[in-house]
Formats: sequence, C-alpha cells, structure tokens
Amino acid sequence: MSTVFIALQTNEETRPIIEAIEIDNPEAVVNREPAMVKINAPGRLVIRRETIEEQLGRSFDMQELNINLITLSGNVVEDEDSLTLTWGN
Amino acid sequence: MHIDLRTVSIQPLRQTFDHLARRFGDKPSSRYQEGSYDIQPEENLHYRPTWDPEQELYDASITKIVMRDWYALKDPRQFYYSTYTLARARQQENTEANFNFVETRGLADMLSDDLRSSALNLLVPLRHAAWGANLNNTFICGYGYSTVFTQPCMYHAMDNLGSAQYLSRIGLLLGGTEALEEGKVAWMEGDAWQALRRYTEDCMAVRDPFELFVAQNVALDGLLYPLVYGRIVDDRFAANGGSAVAMLTQFMSDWFEETRKWVDAVMKVAAAESEQNREQLQAWTTVWRDRAAAALLPVIEQVLADQADEVMAEQLIAFKARLEKTGVVV
Repeated sequence: MSTVFIALQTNEETRPIIEAIEIDNPEAVVNREPAMVKINAPGRLVIRRETIEEQLGRSFDMQELNINLITLSGNVVEDEDSLTLTWGN
Repeated sequence: MHIDLRTVSIQPLRQTFDHLARRFGDKPSSRYQEGSYDIQPEENLHYRPTWDPEQELYDASITKIVMRDWYALKDPRQFYYSTYTLARARQQENTEANFNFVETRGLADMLSDDLRSSALNLLVPLRHAAWGANLNNTFICGYGYSTVFTQPCMYHAMDNLGSAQYLSRIGLLLGGTEALEEGKVAWMEGDAWQALRRYTEDCMAVRDPFELFVAQNVALDGLLYPLVYGRIVDDRFAANGGSAVAMLTQFMSDWFEETRKWVDAVMKVAAAESEQNREQLQAWTTVWRDRAAAALLPVIEQVLADQADEVMAEQLIAFKARLEKTGVVV
C-alpha cells in the first residue's frame, strides 16, 4: 500500500495537531526532523477537527492547519470537520 | 571550491522535564503541562500549620473526595497564566467596546423606565453574590489539592471579580451611584435576596473544598447564570427593547458557556474515579441544587412573576440533563 504523508512545522501550534493525528491514526509514524514533523501513514491519514479541539482546549478552524503546513501527499478530501489524505484509486 | 550542504539531525538530550516524561512519555510537552503538572508542593513539609495542626499544610484529605491522582482533574481549556490572560484580555476589549457602544449612542437612555428599574433590581445586587463566588473559589484554590485543579479555581475567582465589576458598571451606567447603594440595601435587607445571601454566606463556612466547588460552581452558578443572564436578560429583556442590557452582560453569558466545560470535566473525572466519589458528589449536588433553586426563585420572581416556577422547572430539567452527562445523577 502506498504511503500518504503530511509535514508540519515544529512549534507550539502544531503540537496538539500532531497529537490529534497520532490519536486518530494508530498506524501513522511520526518522524521528528529538525524544525519539521513528517507523519507517514499507510494508505490513509485523517485529521479531525474534534480531536484537535480536545487536545487544544479551544475551537479550531481547519484552515488554521495551512499556517504551519509544509507539504503533503495524497488525494485530499477536506471539509469543515476533517481533512483526509488517501491513495484511494 | 565546492561547498557541500547537508542537514545534520541532532537528537536533543531531553525532550522535556523528567517529571513530565514520567507522566506523558518522552516527547515535547505543552506549556500547559509544563506550567501545571506536578507543581503542587508535596515533600519536605516538616511541620503542620500552627493555625490548624489537624491537617498538613497541603492536604489532600481535607475533602471527602478521594483521588489516586489529583492531576487527573485536567482543565479542558488548558488555561495557564498566558492563555488565560490572553483570552480574558480579548473578552475585556470586547466588553469595553460594548459599553462604549451603549454609552456613545445613548442606548441606556432609550430603555423604558420599567425595564431600567427591573434590570437594576435584578443585576446590581448580584455583584455581591459574584463577590461571594470570588471568595469561595479563592478558598477552593487555597485548600484544594493539585495545581491542575486549584489553578483554574483561582482564574474562576478572578473572573467572578470581573463579573462583579461589570455589574457595578451596569449599575453606574443605568442608575448612578444611588443604584449601587440601593443594590447593597436590597442585598442586605430585601426579601427577594435573603435566601441567596444566606446561601452565599453558608458557602463561606463550608470547609471541604470539593463540596464548596459543587455548591458554588456546579449548583449555584449552574442555575443562576442560565436563569438570570440567559432566560431573563437575553430572552425577556431583549424581547422588550432591552438589547442594550444584553450587550452589557455578554461576558457573563459567554463566560458561563466556557467555564461550564471545565466544571463538567472536573465532575466527570472525579465521579468516574470511584463509586464513593460518585455517591458523595450526587449527595452534595442534590442538597445544594435544591437550596440554590429555592434561593433563586424569589430572585427571578422579581422579573418573571408568576412564570418563575415554570422557568425554574425547565431549568432544573436542563441542569439534570447536563449533570447526567458527567455521570452524576441527581
């Protein structure tokens, strides 16, 4: 199965997002590079707003993700509540 | 000359403090965790306080609630000094803007005399109740155990002081200094307020910090805020041309919605810890809820008159539903 990934800058704002991704995607592998966190997952990776909000302790707009986003790979399905990366076909 | 650039990955010797690594695993910690966990002084306290030799200086057994780990009572808002002050500073700016809007456009003068006097009669004496809530939360902070539990209590106490100040400003805006004096007289002597004053003062004599938390933050605030600011100010006053008053109490409505999450989370975790805790919390909540409902009924009767019973009954159902989600059945 192909790997999807998302890479975020390492800072205080992305820490709860990364924790949320770890919770929602048990198969994801988190690689902490200098100043960057790259998360690989086999086939599918989902980022849920609700989980991020629980980690963050406040409401979260999925658009805020883009501020610290470096790159991603996979087909993106995005709405207000989640962002999913897949290699679906 | 040839320059070869390459990335060198340096593994930090420590990701975080040792006590946080023991708790959460060896990974970078959040500021909230650094500023809250395992900060409560526990060791090397050789002497008992001279003012109460029955207890330790910081004593988890002052309350009947028993927790294996008091740090389980996490604040879902994750407030530590910085996030708390930033959040409140934003709300303060917002409230200032609301007051400014009402003052510059003369909206206070446009209120009918009826509405103005019922707003003053209802809101101004509540500043004394808010001050009581400040004292009570300061007590919980002083005698409670573990920073994750006591820290938000101190913030809660400061918020209550802020609410009291906003209520004073509303009194000054709508009725001048006389309104504050009349409010004090109503609080000390008015028939409608004596039950609530007794409740507030009895709370000051409760020595169990967790019982006080239930009495003040769960039972009283859980009924007072939705009834006064929700049902009366936001619904009743606003429908009768008093939207200006609702603008001035916006902070209280927003604040209740926000702090409710924390209060519920504390109840949920404490009740889930053991059956004894759950029973104790249920007993406290039932007793204090009944007293709070009885104390608030004459207060809301001032505005709602014969509908007060019905509104109170609806609110009690909502309160029950809210607490059931935390596992406390009342």
